[in-house]
Amino acid sequence: MNQISNYILPIVIVFIVGYGFIKKVPVFDCFLAGAKEGLATSAQILPALVALITAVGMFKASGALDILTYALRPVARFLRLPQEVIPLAILRPISGSGALVIFQDILQQYGPDSFAGRVASVMQGSTETTFYTIAVYYGATKVQKTRHTLPSALTADLVGFFMSALAVRLLLF
Amino acid sequence: MMSWLFTGMLVLSLLFGILNGRMEQVSIAAVNDCGNAVTLILQLAGVMCLWSGLMRVAEASDLTGKLSRLFHPVMRLLFHDLPTGSPAAKAIVMNLTANLLGLGNAATPLGIAAMKELEKAAPQKGKASNEMAMLVVLNTASLQLIPTTTAALRLANGSAAPMEILPAVWLASAVSICAGIFMAKALSGRFH
Repeated sequence: MNQISNYILPIVIVFIVGYGFIKKVPVFDCFLAGAKEGLATSAQILPALVALITAVGMFKASGALDILTYALRPVARFLRLPQEVIPLAILRPISGSGALVIFQDILQQYGPDSFAGRVASVMQGSTETTFYTIAVYYGATKVQKTRHTLPSALTADLVGFFMSALAVRLLLF
Repeated sequence: MMSWLFTGMLVLSLLFGILNGRMEQVSIAAVNDCGNAVTLILQLAGVMCLWSGLMRVAEASDLTGKLSRLFHPVMRLLFHDLPTGSPAAKAIVMNLTANLLGLGNAATPLGIAAMKELEKAAPQKGKASNEMAMLVVLNTASLQLIPTTTAALRLANGSAAPMEILPAVWLASAVSICAGIFMAKALSGRFH
């Protein structure tokens, strides 16, 4: 499977450029014009990233995760999530790299084929870093009011967490 | 909404930092992590240039146009006010394709390009349109068909069957995405 994913990226890149070349598009000049825009976009989203990453970093450093994990136990019980995956569920929407570290910890501590390990795997594979995506996508625009974006995205996350445990129960145990 | 989140997270880190006696770490994080954001953007800038360039090439050869006609039924359902051939629709289709293929690094620049196109067409400046919200919600859910990083980590930790989680991942993602789409549609009338 990892072999397949190694093929996808190069094939897609070559396909796009090759197809353009056959269609007599000045591929190199076109590429440069687009890439220039990409550079400007990167600069544009930097402020949003600084805000989010600093806030998340301070949040993680404060040890808030331990206290929240404890506080959210009843919620996890209600959603029938194993206690071990609560830190992952808290961190998953706010920090991609943080979630990866916690995920690795869970696999190491409980084993990838344990119930907690499997639920954590499904959670990791079926959700995304919500706050990062919102910050970066809107950071590139002048939008201040994101309206229903955050509530909708967080509902999807919550349903995803609940479904991760349910899907493992239904399909793997 | 993001202001609430930003302030909330900062206030909580101060509060818990004091309670846990971890103010030193919080203070270090405040100084270091803003620099980390710059490092991250530098790494991202390369990918951003690459995919913005490739997007331009794909547009010039009408590859994006072909793709968006292929996605027409899905696009009508999710973004029904958006004309099929519009630049925004083409960028969205490229973003969704990159997501499905698991090209997360490519999906971000393509998605941002789509956001900029959607912003041009937005009825009110400074406010997210329904289409913008829908696109972001789709990108905050996981559309990836094969979660390679997750599987690789499972394998590295000695899993007997790293890919056995696939059906469960598909089920959880599908239900979660449907919930997101439903909420985005249902709530769009409530937020002005």
